[in-house]
Amino acid sequence: MSYIRPKFRHPELPKNKLGYTIDHYEGSLSTLCAGCGHDSISAGILQACFEMNIEPHKLAKLSGIGCSSKTPAYLLGNSHGFNSVHGRMPSVATGANLANRDLIYLGVSGDGDTASIGMGQFVHVIRRNLNMLYIVMNNGCYGLTKGQDSATADRGSKNKSGNVNAFESIDLASLAIELGATFVAQSFSGDKKQLVPLIKAAFKHPGFAFINVISPCVTFNNNVGSTKSYDYVRHHIEATSTIDFVPEMKTITAEYSEGTSKNVKMHDGSYISLNKLSKDWDPLDRVSATNAVLNARAKNEILTGLLYMNPDCNDLHNLLQTSDRPLNSLTKEDLCPGSEILKTINADLR
Amino acid sequence: MSSKENKINDFVVRFANVNGTGSASANYLFAKAIFRMGIPVTPKNIFPSNIQGLPTWYEVRISEKGYLGRREGIDFVVAVNPQSMLHDVASVKPGGYFLYDSSKNLHSQYIREDINYIGVPLMELCNKEFTDARQRQLFKNTVYVGALAALFDIEFSALEGILAEQFKGKEKLIAPNLKALKMGVDYIHANYKYPLELRVERRDLIGDSIMIDGNSACGLGAVYAGATVAAWYPITPSTSVVEAFSSYSEEFRVNKITGKKNVAIVQAEDELAAIGMVIGANWNGARSFTATSGPGLSLMNEFLGLAYFAEVPTVLIDVQRTGPSTGMPTRTQQSDILEAAYASHGDTKHVLLFPSTPKECFDMTAEAFDLAELLQTPVIMLTDLDLGMNDHVSPPFVWDDKRDYNRGKVLDEVALEKIVKFGRYLDVDNDGITYRTYPGTHPTKGSFFTRGTSRDEYATYSEDGGAYQHNMDRLIKKFNTAKNLVPAPQVYNTKNKSEIGILFFGTSQYAAEEAIDLLKEKQISVDAIRIKAFPFNQTVTDFINSHNTIFVIEQNRDAQMKSLLMIELEADPKKLISVLNYDGMSITADNILNQISKHLSPAAPKKKAPIAKKEKIK
Repeated sequence: MSYIRPKFRHPELPKNKLGYTIDHYEGSLSTLCAGCGHDSISAGILQACFEMNIEPHKLAKLSGIGCSSKTPAYLLGNSHGFNSVHGRMPSVATGANLANRDLIYLGVSGDGDTASIGMGQFVHVIRRNLNMLYIVMNNGCYGLTKGQDSATADRGSKNKSGNVNAFESIDLASLAIELGATFVAQSFSGDKKQLVPLIKAAFKHPGFAFINVISPCVTFNNNVGSTKSYDYVRHHIEATSTIDFVPEMKTITAEYSEGTSKNVKMHDGSYISLNKLSKDWDPLDRVSATNAVLNARAKNEILTGLLYMNPDCNDLHNLLQTSDRPLNSLTKEDLCPGSEILKTINADLR
Repeated sequence: MSSKENKINDFVVRFANVNGTGSASANYLFAKAIFRMGIPVTPKNIFPSNIQGLPTWYEVRISEKGYLGRREGIDFVVAVNPQSMLHDVASVKPGGYFLYDSSKNLHSQYIREDINYIGVPLMELCNKEFTDARQRQLFKNTVYVGALAALFDIEFSALEGILAEQFKGKEKLIAPNLKALKMGVDYIHANYKYPLELRVERRDLIGDSIMIDGNSACGLGAVYAGATVAAWYPITPSTSVVEAFSSYSEEFRVNKITGKKNVAIVQAEDELAAIGMVIGANWNGARSFTATSGPGLSLMNEFLGLAYFAEVPTVLIDVQRTGPSTGMPTRTQQSDILEAAYASHGDTKHVLLFPSTPKECFDMTAEAFDLAELLQTPVIMLTDLDLGMNDHVSPPFVWDDKRDYNRGKVLDEVALEKIVKFGRYLDVDNDGITYRTYPGTHPTKGSFFTRGTSRDEYATYSEDGGAYQHNMDRLIKKFNTAKNLVPAPQVYNTKNKSEIGILFFGTSQYAAEEAIDLLKEKQISVDAIRIKAFPFNQTVTDFINSHNTIFVIEQNRDAQMKSLLMIELEADPKKLISVLNYDGMSITADNILNQISKHLSPAAPKKKAPIAKKEKIK
C-alpha cells in the first residue's frame, strides 16, 4: 500500500534558492519498518537535494529490488523513478544516462542487490565511470525475505536466528576503490551530519560516486552478536561524528580533522570502530586510500567519511565521446542520413 | 532443350577450405563476379565455431530462374582442404567435377569413376611466383578463382572490377592478385578443354538488386531509424549487427569538426546488462537496441518481462542459431520463436518480426523502433544465421525522406500543462496504449515511478487484485491493437486456388517459393502465405480457415510456429502439417517438396507392424 502524507506543513518552512520548501523533495510515505535506517538515508538524500537546490525533475532515481530499492518511492516525488529488476539497476542507469547526460542520476541499492546478484553490474558500472551517485544501504541481511545473511555480513556475525556467519564478507568500499571507482565514501545511516555533506559531494562528483552506508536492519539484524547491530552503532555515533561539513572538492583533504577513532565493544567481544581520516592518509591517492581501508579492516574498524576520490576523471560520455547535446534530444535531421546517401550505399553494394 | 543447355547458369559450386587461410575474400570474388554478370547467385558460408585450422565450406548456387535458396547436390567441388577431402569427393554429384591441388598426386582413395577431375598445381604455381609465405598461401585461393573463371567462362573484367574495389586504398595489392588470377586462367587454357558445359552466361536478371548480408542491413536500418544507444554482448551470429551499426555510425554520426558522436555504443558485460541498458535508454527517450542470439535471449528473459509489464519500448534483434544451449553456434535455425513470443515468467506476449531478405532486415529494423515506441513494449526481430551472415541478392534499400520517426504517445511539457492529473497507465484512447513522459520534462507534472511490481493507472504501487487484472487485460487490448500495426503477411494469391496452403516465414521463403514451382510441375497447386509478424492478424486466420490442409514450413524440430498458431488462433492441429528442417543447414526446396509429396500421396501402406504385446507386469 502507498499512503498519502498529510499536506499540511509549517507555513514558515525555509525555502531554497528555487523557492521550494523541503516537502517539495519528499516522496510517498515509507512502508519500511518503523525506525529503519534506510529512512534516515532517504531523509539525508532529500536534505542534500534541497540544500543543493536540485530541481527534482532534473534528477532520475533508479533502484533494483529489496528494501533499499523501495526507498526511491519515498523521496523526490517529482522525479521520475525506475524500480528495475534485482541486481540490474546499474545497467538501467547506464542506458538512462547515455540517453540524457543532462540529468542527475541517483541509484539506490542494497547489499543483496549489489554484493550478490548485482555484483557483475556493480563492478562494470565502476569500470565505465558512469556519472551517477550509487548508494548502498548496507544492513548485512536480506530484509524482504526475512533475515538471511547477505554477502556483506561479517564472518562471525550472529543473525537473529542465532546462526554465526561462516563466510568472509565482501567489503564494498574497498572493492570499489580497488576497481578504480572515482569517488568512494562510507557512512552510517544514523550519522546524518556526515551523510548529507557526503551525498552533496558525491552529487557534485563528475563520475561514479559510491557511498556505502551501513544501515542496520531493525527487524532482522539488530540482535546481540550482530556486527551490524543498529543499537550499538547509534549509541556511539555521536562520539565519532565529527564531519559536519564537506568543503569544495579541491580542498576536501585539508578539512578533515585527523585521527579520531571510537571502538564499540560488542557482547561477543568483537567491536565496531569508527575512524575518521587520519594524517597519513590522502583521499586523493588511491594506494594510500586502499592501505587505510585495509589497515582499518585489520583492526576491525570501519572507516567512515570520504575514503577516496579522483576529481579529474573522465565519465562514460567523455570516454565514448558522445555529443554534448543529450542523445534523446536529437531529431531525425540529426540522425538519419537520408535517401540520397542510401542510393550511394545501394550503388556500392551492386 | 539439350542437357548441355541446362547446365548454363544452373549449378552449385562448393569450396572446401581451411578456415583462417584467407579463402573468404577469394570465394566472395567468385560469387560477386557472377552477380555482376547479371545472374542470380546465392552464397552460403558453412563455417566452424573456430578461428583457424578447421574445415569451412562456401557453397554458391547459381540459378537462372532466380532460386536463391540452398540446393542439394553439388556439381563442382573446389577441394583445397586435405582434412575434408574424402567427404568432399563423396559430395560431388555423379558426372560432376572435382578441382584439386595437383602439386602432389591425388591418392587413390579420392578417385571415383563417375566424376571428372581437374588438377591445378596451386601450391607449385604459387611457390614459383611468390616468395612471401603468407602470399603463397593467400594466392592459392586467387589462382583457383582464375581457373574457375576459365572453366565457367566468367568475364575477366568483372573479376578485375571487384578486385579494384576490394583493394581501394591498397592499390599495390591489385597487380599480384591479377597475376594470380591470370595464372589460374592460363593453366586451364594450357591444360584443359574450356569452358565446361557447366558455365555462366551474362544475363540481365539482377536488375537494381544489391548483394549484402542481413546483419549489415539491420545495422544500417538502426542508423536510419535514429537509434542512438546500442548495448550488446558479442555472440555469433549476431555480432556483426552492432559492428555494422558501429561502422555506419562512424560514417554518419560523427561530427566532422568536434569528433563528437551522435551515438553511444556499449559492449556490455553480459546480455543481461545489454538489455538493461537498452531499457534504461528507451525509458529516457533515446531509441536503443541490442542484438543477440538464442543464449542471449534466454538471459534477457527477466528484463523482457519488465519491459513488457512496465511498458518500456525495447528493440531486440535475435539472429537465431542452432540450439538448445550452445547447440551448433555457427549453424542456422528458426528455433527461438516460442522463447521470444512468451519471453519471461508470468503472462507475457511479445511482438515478433520475421524478415526474409536484407531489405526486410533494413525495413523491419527501422519499423521495429516505431512499433516499440508506438506500443511501448519489446519488439523482437527474429532473423537467423543464414540471413544474417550470408550475402543475399536483395532488392535495394529505400528510404522516404518524408517519413518521420513515430515516437508514440509521449507528453511534452506543454501537453502536461493542460492535464489535470496524469495517469501513466490510464487508457485514455481506449486502445490499450497509454501516455508516457520522459524524465526531466516538467517540474511538477508527469513524473511517475516505473516498476515491475503491480500498480494502478496512476503508477502507484498496488496489490489490489482488481487493479492488477485490469492492467493485464489492458495489456492484451494493446496486443490486439498491435495486430493491425505490425507488417501484414504476404499472401501469394489474392484468390484461393487450392484446398492446400503452405505457410512459411523468414529465410524459408527462398526454398518455399521454389517448392511452389516444383509442386506446380507435379500438377499440385498450392496457395501460400508468408508470415511477417506476430501477433497474427486476421489474414492469417482467414488463410488457415479457408484451406483444408496447411503445410507449415519451419526450421526447427518442435514445430514452434505451428504451436504458436494453435495457441493464438486456436487453429486445428490436424489441419496444420509440419514441414521441418533442423540439421543446421538452411532448408531446401527438394526437402519441402519431398515432405509435402509424401504427405499428399503416401506410399502404399506398409504392412502394419505387429502390435507389441503388452508387457507383463510381474
